[in-house]
Amino acid sequence: MKGSKAIIQSLADQGVDVVFGYPGGVLLPLYDEIYDSDLRHILVRHEQCAAHAADGFARASGKVGVCIGTSGPGATNLTTGIATAYMDSSPVVALAGQVATHLIGNDAFQEVDTLGITMPITKHSFQAMDPAEIPPMMKSAFYIASTGRPGPVVLDLPKDVQEAEFEYPETVEIELPGYRPTRKGNPRQIKRAADVIIKAKKPVILAGGGVIISGSSPELGKFSELIGAPVTTTLMGKGSFPEDHPLSLGMLGMHGRKVANFLIDDCDCLIAIGCRFSDRTTGDVTKFAPNAQIVHIDVDPAEIGKNVDVDLPLVGDAKTILVHLIKEIKNNRERTKKWVAHVKEFRSSCMPRLTFDDFPLKPQQVIKEISETVNDDTILTTDVGQNQMWMAHYFTSRIPRKFISSGGLGTMGFGFPAAMGAKVALPEEDVVAVCGDGGFLMVCQDLATVREYDIPVVVCVLDNRYLGMVAQWQKLFYEERISHTRLGEVPDFVKLAEAFGVNAYRAEKPGEVKETLNDAIKSGEPSLIDIIIDPHENLPMVPPGCGLTEMIGEYKVEREVPGEIPYREAAPEKRGD
Amino acid sequence: MSEQRSHIITAVVQHRPGVLQRVSGLFTRRGFNIDSITVGPSEKNGMARMTIISRGDEKVLEQITKQLNKIIEVIKVRDLDPQSTVLRELCLIKTHAPNEKSRSEIIQYANIFRGRIIDVSPYSLTIEITGTPDKIDALIDLLQSFGIQKIVRTGPTAISRGSKTI
Repeated sequence: MKGSKAIIQSLADQGVDVVFGYPGGVLLPLYDEIYDSDLRHILVRHEQCAAHAADGFARASGKVGVCIGTSGPGATNLTTGIATAYMDSSPVVALAGQVATHLIGNDAFQEVDTLGITMPITKHSFQAMDPAEIPPMMKSAFYIASTGRPGPVVLDLPKDVQEAEFEYPETVEIELPGYRPTRKGNPRQIKRAADVIIKAKKPVILAGGGVIISGSSPELGKFSELIGAPVTTTLMGKGSFPEDHPLSLGMLGMHGRKVANFLIDDCDCLIAIGCRFSDRTTGDVTKFAPNAQIVHIDVDPAEIGKNVDVDLPLVGDAKTILVHLIKEIKNNRERTKKWVAHVKEFRSSCMPRLTFDDFPLKPQQVIKEISETVNDDTILTTDVGQNQMWMAHYFTSRIPRKFISSGGLGTMGFGFPAAMGAKVALPEEDVVAVCGDGGFLMVCQDLATVREYDIPVVVCVLDNRYLGMVAQWQKLFYEERISHTRLGEVPDFVKLAEAFGVNAYRAEKPGEVKETLNDAIKSGEPSLIDIIIDPHENLPMVPPGCGLTEMIGEYKVEREVPGEIPYREAAPEKRGD
Repeated sequence: MSEQRSHIITAVVQHRPGVLQRVSGLFTRRGFNIDSITVGPSEKNGMARMTIISRGDEKVLEQITKQLNKIIEVIKVRDLDPQSTVLRELCLIKTHAPNEKSRSEIIQYANIFRGRIIDVSPYSLTIEITGTPDKIDALIDLLQSFGIQKIVRTGPTAISRGSKTI
């Protein structure tokens, strides 16, 4: 068998039926093999979109996403997507072509040191120097990418190795003596944590992306109700706990909800699950949760104590540990009764205001209309910047894997291709990408892909003609010197979409987002809605270097209808895998 | 902040191309200090052993060991206790030795430090010395007055005392 065929065979062995890629010179043998295979190949229009689409595919489905790029520029174009997946622990396998082995190191045409470039942004990487290495390397790559703390793995595939013949083994053996992803928590440590938790009078749970990755939303819901602890999430944890639950505080951090930021400050026990205490989450770490004993559950031991000093570390899979903790803890509701009452009261006193009938449209109103149009199963992706934080702050997420965003790397241009990948993974679900005009323009060429392959995603461009987030900082911290964040008058997004044969709408007044989004989703066609929004609306924020309670900017609230908050079941079953 | 000190980290790694790059790259990327790194084959087939000398407080050291452990090709990592560790470095020193007097003085110094003369030319001597970095520093200090032409040091390599192994 040829090396190139072995790649296809290995993909089939791993259950891969779709890949996102872009061919090139050194990938000719592989693409020649794809020609005859059952593998579904989606030809993107830029390799970065292949990587983001594979990432979106992975985040929506929980399965490994696969992208392909050629040597040299193909591989370097993949890197932004690989780094994005790395920062957010997303299982992606990137196959990169490489020049023939005898040319490696000669500065050959389209040669780049892909392994060297991707080393700091991958969980692991391989270079096949012999076709016999391909099957075990492919198997290892999928195993490493998807287990423990997931992450991207790169395979570098020289052209001559793709062409060389070898005997494909009957069983593929892999040996990874240095890779032992931690599974179970230490029982003694779990007991100790349980002791701390049941003594807490004012506990708060901080849920990160790890809760979603491990599929432990149902356990998180049970745990929260068992101990009477409200749940705040990081950006990556959004959707791990239903945000309309009376114990949900929404997202915390720099652009987080007031209720979350203030209760973190107040709590006496913080149970952090599957999160890494990023600077955007904690603000000034010395002022973070100052009164709390911190219990930290994470599958990656290196995250324990990296950014925040932890009183009780629990290393292991979040689901296994939560199940164990729930067994250890009897009902703790009595002790936290007063706290829960306070949380509910405080929460309802500072629900952010969403309804605005202004013209031009306020982003809050846009998010509100999006919320009212989509259903629980709709997958929402965001780009990066104000659009992302408006969604994170104001959108109510209820189900894991339905809110997809580039958290760690903050990659502009992520939202649209990630939506494309999510739609390919789950064609039955509606997929809406909420982008800014700046970020979308970085990847707009892939409108061609969604049109050619009939991938009916809806792109909502929150169009304010600014790099809004950077402009917000310039307004707040740089004396309103708007340096190069004004994007100007072009393009006309409606005409742009139409040029690609994509349905296009424009929304300018309250009510129009709902109407056009509804039409776009119903059309079953790839669509774009150009939503003209107020360029002067800023997000409430915690300035850099400040503690979470030192929020600035007007926090527009609307008081919820007083009285009993309707009680909803916590955390539905994990979907999508 | 706890105290900054020098740490001796020993690691067993798979002996493959790119492993050294992964390890050294990690130190750069995470902003860890690295004083020296040595690597060579170990007693196990296909495995190499690394000795890394790094400075930092306990928290930094903990991060270093945890991050090293995350590298797929790293099998084991241990922070060696300096009290129960034997540390050795090899150093080659080429020194100016233009006359009989300087030559005999240098040979005497080398003997005191249990060094060996491994090359002689009309105007220079080359000394091989093995020992702790302190000892090597001391000999280098003594030889300065003769005019040192070249120094080559391997960086320390270390092994724990007694029957314990990693």
